[in-house]
Amino acid sequence: MDRIIPWDFSVIPEKFMLFRDAALYTLQITTMGILVGLVLGLIAALMKISNQRVVSGLAGFYIFIIRGTPLLLQLFIIYYGMTTIVTIPPFPSAVIALGVHNGAYIAEIFRGSIQSIDYGQMEAARSLGMPKPRAMRRIILPQAFKRAVPPLGNQFIIALKDSSLASTIAVPELLLRGRQMGSSTFMYMEMLIIVAIWYLLMTSVLTYGVHRLEKRMRVSDRVHT
Amino acid sequence: MSIHDQPLIRIKRLNKWYGDLHVLRDIDLDVQEQEVVVIIGASGSGKSTLLRCINHLERAQKGTITFDGKPIRTSEKVINRFRQEMGMVFQHFNLFPHMSVIGNIMEGPVHVKHMPKHEARELAIHLLDKVGLGDKTDTYPSMLSGGQKQRVAIARALAMEPRVMLFDEPTSALDPELVGEVIKVMEDLGREGMTMVVVTHEMWFAREAAHRVVYMDEGSILEEGTPEQMFSSPENERTKTFLRQILPQEEAPVGA
Ligand SMILES: Nc1ncnc2c1ncn2[C@@H]1O[C@H](COP(=O)(O)OP(=O)(O)OP(=O)(O)O)[C@@H](O)[C@H]1O
Ligand SMILES: [Mg+2]
Repeated sequence: MDRIIPWDFSVIPEKFMLFRDAALYTLQITTMGILVGLVLGLIAALMKISNQRVVSGLAGFYIFIIRGTPLLLQLFIIYYGMTTIVTIPPFPSAVIALGVHNGAYIAEIFRGSIQSIDYGQMEAARSLGMPKPRAMRRIILPQAFKRAVPPLGNQFIIALKDSSLASTIAVPELLLRGRQMGSSTFMYMEMLIIVAIWYLLMTSVLTYGVHRLEKRMRVSDRVHT
Repeated sequence: MSIHDQPLIRIKRLNKWYGDLHVLRDIDLDVQEQEVVVIIGASGSGKSTLLRCINHLERAQKGTITFDGKPIRTSEKVINRFRQEMGMVFQHFNLFPHMSVIGNIMEGPVHVKHMPKHEARELAIHLLDKVGLGDKTDTYPSMLSGGQKQRVAIARALAMEPRVMLFDEPTSALDPELVGEVIKVMEDLGREGMTMVVVTHEMWFAREAAHRVVYMDEGSILEEGTPEQMFSSPENERTKTFLRQILPQEEAPVGA
């Protein structure tokens, strides 16, 4: 059969589910990476706004290093570079790299949202005799987290897409699966399009979820003052 | 007035600079227990700074402040203890927007004083009734008018059962028609014997409720006296000028 386009997209539906396990891998790397990133990010953000030079300097250095170098390099440093000390298998390497990488960006998101809270909030809490760490936890952070949701959602989408770099260290995630299926069936374009559809599905669900969360928070307390 | 006849707050030779700007100059001020002191003065004269130094939201470089005979030193722990005894009400309310009205009021008792929740709740309900907002317990601050917000803020400060209340222009962010309801709560407090230091431009509050009016100018206390003395026969030229500017618009009664 002579085709106008050189690809056979009809295989897409039948091959689609063969990527399920790979998608699950992608989801796992991303979720775990984000969790690590959230923890690191919160710690780094709190350190960054500390009055103590050394503490805030340390956080600043971490952010500087991570934001100034490519994620792929960071991944290679953990997977290949560390081998002289310890060999980390592909999957945990990917999670660590994604987590440490996102931690730096999430730190900046948290720092921004914490600093966007009116200083009067801290003063009001302190005027009640509340110690600073408790005021941070009870008064500032709950408000800051809400403001952080939209940029965090954005960062999560970036993380999801960045997880594809794990294909370079043989984590059987979506992109690697796409390449393997492509070379075994000689239908590269078709397989890569399936990969694209999977990514789009996941990013769309994520976008929708963040959107819903934002909306629900806005209704729940109409925070303005 | 106090049993030991010592002032509740004693400020001695207080000096504060912001960089090169000398904002408080040799301030001496005693506040007796159950006394209502009103601080007036032009914008930038240092009224807020003085008030904020009293509960250490600002730190003065020179001079001393004693509370109930004890110096407020600079250790965080000690300051936190003193702050529990000094309620502060801000110009912009600073209510916690993520907490309901009653949550705002219970926050200090529960999370600073570790009062059991049900007890704090009772106290909060009592205080809300007192400021005339008994029906607003579960509302969020963003749903309240400015006057209501400020009354919640007063209740929040009172919930710590402080020995003195500090007010920094509590009505100047309010629409004129909402000023009265806040001032009325403050007058009631004064009548009940609460010690208060109030920075305000509401001269009728000073006239009605103050025992003493203090006039500040460029970081110094230029003159002080009873409201009668200050308003009818101020001695200092600058006090006279300031009062002349501020009093005429006070002639018209502001309704509560
Ligand atoms: N954080 C700060 N940094 C630098 N200068 C400040 C700061 N806070 C206040 N000042 C300055 O200190 C002086 C006294 O300010 P303060 O707020 O105490 O005056 P105020 O009498 O309360 O005035 P207003 O009636 O406008 O509230 C002003 O000149 C002000 O610009
Ligand atoms: Mg002021």
